Amino acid sequence: MDLPTALQILDSMIRLGTPLLLACLAGLFSERAGIFDIGLEGKMLSAAFLSAAVAFVTGSVWLGVLAGLVAALMMSAIHGLASITFRGNQLISGVAINFLASGLTVLLGQYWFALGGRTPSLEGAARFQPITLPFAQELREVPVLGLIYAELISGHTALVYLAFALVPLSWWLLYRTRFGLRLRAVGENPAAVDTAGVSVVGIRYAAVAICGLLTGLAGAYLACGLSAGFVKEMTAGRGYIALAALIFAKWRPWQALAATMLFGLLEAVANRYQSLDLWGVPLPVQFMQALPYILTVVILAGFVGKAIPPRAGGQPYVKER
Amino acid sequence: MNAMPGWADAIVVPLISVLIAFAISSGVILAIGESPVEAMTLMVTGALGSSYGWGYTLYYATNFIFTGLAVAVAFHAGLFNIGGEGQATLGGLGVALACLFVPWPHWSLALIGAMAAGAAFGALWAALPGWLQARRGSHVVITTIMFNFIAAAVLNYVLVNVLRPTGSMDPATARFPGATNLPTLGEILGAIGIPFSRSTPANVSLFVALAACVAVWLLIWRTRAGYEIRAFGKSDRAAVYAGISPVRITMLAMLVSGALAGLMAINNVMGEAERLMLNAVEGAGFIGIAVALMGRSHPFGVLLAALLFGFLYQGGAELALWTSIPRELITVIQALVILFTGALDNMVRQPVEALFLRLRKGAK
Repeated sequence: MDLPTALQILDSMIRLGTPLLLACLAGLFSERAGIFDIGLEGKMLSAAFLSAAVAFVTGSVWLGVLAGLVAALMMSAIHGLASITFRGNQLISGVAINFLASGLTVLLGQYWFALGGRTPSLEGAARFQPITLPFAQELREVPVLGLIYAELISGHTALVYLAFALVPLSWWLLYRTRFGLRLRAVGENPAAVDTAGVSVVGIRYAAVAICGLLTGLAGAYLACGLSAGFVKEMTAGRGYIALAALIFAKWRPWQALAATMLFGLLEAVANRYQSLDLWGVPLPVQFMQALPYILTVVILAGFVGKAIPPRAGGQPYVKER
Repeated sequence: MNAMPGWADAIVVPLISVLIAFAISSGVILAIGESPVEAMTLMVTGALGSSYGWGYTLYYATNFIFTGLAVAVAFHAGLFNIGGEGQATLGGLGVALACLFVPWPHWSLALIGAMAAGAAFGALWAALPGWLQARRGSHVVITTIMFNFIAAAVLNYVLVNVLRPTGSMDPATARFPGATNLPTLGEILGAIGIPFSRSTPANVSLFVALAACVAVWLLIWRTRAGYEIRAFGKSDRAAVYAGISPVRITMLAMLVSGALAGLMAINNVMGEAERLMLNAVEGAGFIGIAVALMGRSHPFGVLLAALLFGFLYQGGAELALWTSIPRELITVIQALVILFTGALDNMVRQPVEALFLRLRKGAK
């Protein structure tokens, strides 16, 4: 494989890995605070739809992003209400949110645009445009590094750079701030946090809201960055892959970056090659598509390092009386 | 002491939840500029107004009985099996292999063989997540989700690369031989003199589904294994203390659950399509979650909930045909039913409990 081909695949890896990364970080905040979230898919989908719809109507991609954030936050509010306030089953709530998003997006899309659930194609300022980093053209002539800079690092949309910046930011927030300590503690031992006089409910709602914002960005990127508009079920299981990446990363931000980029790479390779030969063994494209899930099951099985979820994950907190 | 009588817990709370779900759904229909009353009338006449409509309603209901029972059995053991979709997919593969490669002399034998194959494949697909939960502590929810995707990839590979007849572009198997075609409900009822539309996919699998309801009821409430499943689901620690093996019960519940989901394939693959296609399950595995939640994991409740969802499915199809309301309305209703009967159960339950407490105080 020559350098330009490799760069093309890596470039595609970054594009496809970005929504996974944003959704994975979203899940990270929620699950670290003890709220399981299998509704990432639905939140992304609703954000993708509303961002594309508003971006089309207003012609401004940033208003679209704002609408996407609102959509995902509303879904998060339902999840918070069910799993924090009413102490319901978090997994069932997640399933409900996925269906709600899948149905409502098409229902509203058909009502507003009458295109069978699609939004019209986004053009110009209604879509994210690639940002050319300074000196990308000038440095292109520098062997290898210049090409990597111009082709791979430069030329992505704003949300891609934002997603990458969010990795160290999330790490800092979780491991270097008081809020992060409390958030992680709420996911491990909420009773201890409560004893210290900190509101478990408040921290958990904050975590669920952050999760909503990040899935909102992920959805907006899907509809206005990666593609030009919303199509029915456009998340196509990405929420679940992000969940898989989260387990793969064992609920840690930097590892989440590595896991989502690995899964992005798998998708990029599966898109480019219909069949692959690996040392003489033919790999069908379906195998490449299933690989993230297979890897996650292997990790979950504990054969390759044990993935231990936050201890209080999935359990509603009942304050002692 | 319980705050409210058993009948209130089993009937009043789910009923209120479903009513809330339907009220919000009506709001959604209003919001997209259509009339909920008209929509409901169309759905009722479309799904229940003719034997043609009933045929489709019962066909869908048969699917949902199987997947609903599958989720319900796992619920009794405290396990949340979201993998019904994948297990039913693999069940379809088992049924297809049984129908294509065994020369059955008569449909009744073919049905028994296909049931065995579908159940075995479904159980197999649930066995690994079950084993991982029981032995390695991997959460069954996550592994069954992963197995849904892996099942889709497996089916895609098998249909495209192995079972597709040469020269066909369609990723599907060849048609099953005529001897494996199941009698439709129209033929059965016609034979005993009841006129019923013959152009609907409802078939003899409906009776297998009803028998499965009875069998699950017997298993859960009338056998030692069922007692152990319920005990383990209520309190795994107490169950272990009583000498019940968590590994055995987890495996048993997941195998039965997977087998029930796999059995669905005799209806959709063998009874309706008469060949195996991509995406044959069409989300029925997920509807099983709503059905089991609404039916409070009781076989009779599952039967009623499956009928309701069968009605919604057929009614939704009619609605999409005659109005501008897309089929996805049903997905919204399904989501709201799951939300209110499942996740927001406490929101409905607490006021009802408070009401009963007040009534009891007043009576004293």
